[in-house]
Amino acid sequence: MSITIEEVEHVARLARLELKADETEALAADLSKILDYVAALAELDTQGASPLSHLAVTQLPQRADVVVAPLERATALEEAPRASDGAFAVPQFVEEG
Amino acid sequence: MISARDLAERVRSGASAEHAAAAALDSIGEQAGLGAFLHVDRERALASARAIDQRRAKGEPLGALAGVPVAIKDLLATRDAPTTCASKMLTKDGRLETGWRPPYDATVIERLRAADAILIGKTNLDEFAMGSSNENSAFYPVKNPWDEARAPGGSSGGSAASVAAGLSWLALGTDTGGSIRQPAAFCGVVGMKPSHGRVSRYGLVAFASSLDVIGPFANDVADAALLFDVIAGPDPRDSTCSSEDSAECLAALPHGDVVRGLRVGIPREYFQAGLDPAVEVAVRRAADRLASAGNTLVPLSLPHTQYGVATYYLLATAEASSNLARFDGVRFGLRVEAPGADLAQLYAQSRGQGFGAEVKRRIMLGTYALSAGYYDAYYKRAQLARALILEDFRAAFEEVDVLLTPVAPTPAFRLGEKTDDPLTMYLADVYTLPASLAGLPAISLPCGMTAPERGTPALPIGCQLIAGAMQERTLFRAAYTLERLLADLELPSCPARERSRLHHFDAEGFGG
Repeated sequence: MSITIEEVEHVARLARLELKADETEALAADLSKILDYVAALAELDTQGASPLSHLAVTQLPQRADVVVAPLERATALEEAPRASDGAFAVPQFVEEG
Repeated sequence: MISARDLAERVRSGASAEHAAAAALDSIGEQAGLGAFLHVDRERALASARAIDQRRAKGEPLGALAGVPVAIKDLLATRDAPTTCASKMLTKDGRLETGWRPPYDATVIERLRAADAILIGKTNLDEFAMGSSNENSAFYPVKNPWDEARAPGGSSGGSAASVAAGLSWLALGTDTGGSIRQPAAFCGVVGMKPSHGRVSRYGLVAFASSLDVIGPFANDVADAALLFDVIAGPDPRDSTCSSEDSAECLAALPHGDVVRGLRVGIPREYFQAGLDPAVEVAVRRAADRLASAGNTLVPLSLPHTQYGVATYYLLATAEASSNLARFDGVRFGLRVEAPGADLAQLYAQSRGQGFGAEVKRRIMLGTYALSAGYYDAYYKRAQLARALILEDFRAAFEEVDVLLTPVAPTPAFRLGEKTDDPLTMYLADVYTLPASLAGLPAISLPCGMTAPERGTPALPIGCQLIAGAMQERTLFRAAYTLERLLADLELPSCPARERSRLHHFDAEGFGG
């Protein structure tokens, strides 16, 4: 399975990763090789099997229904790269008007 | 070197926790070249040890880990120390010194504090726990304390090296596909992966949620059980954590004796081409010892073992691509915001500069496997394969109590040996991935040494025991038995440990 540069760029957009040109090229080669390897799963006889997405915990816990204090707003914002008006600040992403 | 159990007992009877902490801190400083630690706060650690000594002086009872220095993999949130996951993404500017300060402690950290352990420092790892050699740390690699030209294994390489080199009595690691067991084998210590759901993951930075588990590193099986008992058990803050009471494994050990009558499965797929002959000899010797002591060896087959690597690297990367979406440059950590950048560019630039090569590779593979048109061929296919691997184990545990296998196909490999080819690195995880996919408890313990060769010292070899889901008690009892049955081999401890201050720590050493 050969992954093209265009496919790498498409997946990088989905993953919100800005890649340099040399990274894109290396990823195309690495992903092609890894996908060749994992293609072996196609030969498996999976009749009767159901997809396993997670391992069930034998007894799901229920916590007591009591109110606990949430994280303080100021504490949550302490490590924010940029904050203003008691909120995380980001570039404007909705046009006004 | 005295055990962590002895140390805690002596601190409870009046020995100085501060002296023990100082010895660990001095050893960490002397061995800084190993790269095992990312963050150590000497004054804070000494202050918490003094507080324990003061409580003892007032006659207050002390906990199970009284005064025991424990190293913490830097993937676990600690409110009084930075948490970086060995990634630039969790720093303000790419430097280790500006690491993220979590607003809370992970549940396992709370439990360590409640047991009066000393949190001695945060250990190095592969970035976001993605790697098998510790070469993927964004800051510096960890060296194997037995041979500094070799990898300590990964991703919990710093924690394994810390215990092996005598820098702490105990350490916490995390295991998603072998990240506790493989470094334990490479460094010649005991490393245990609990069952999925046995230990709360609140405050663990998530890599692959259906696989991640927190577990102990120790010098012997009983010390591993001691630390496991402290961290295991229900937690209302983690809905994936079982409400079953934890197993109290230390008390269940056959202290001073061995277990007989165990049925020990030997899966043939774990002894095929690619297994280093020295590793095979050592693991088969371990099997023979168990048999000679009155246990039964059962040859069996786990027919889907060979699909473990492909299954794991699709599922773990798919889950990682989703879990690591939270690192977006908005709420914490690194933000790259070029003038005029819009929000999508802020995300992409922050992530592009914050993540290292292996993390990007896995996010890309996982995103691809989940993307439109490929989901059925890759992600769903891997989920089906996972069901078959689980069924292999279910059938095996109808016949046996535990399985005995190698941990890794080879002893510790050289730093740089596998970094050019990610697939070669992934294939070395072949013996640890299946138990992770099935959520089973497993333990790695030393079972031999390679013969020294020119330029290479003797290196430790580990074997793996695997038990049925939530059967930690059986696992620890079997491991304790095997450890005793191998005691006459007098496996050496790491030369770095023999030089450490912890090694020379005796009753007088911390009497005050």
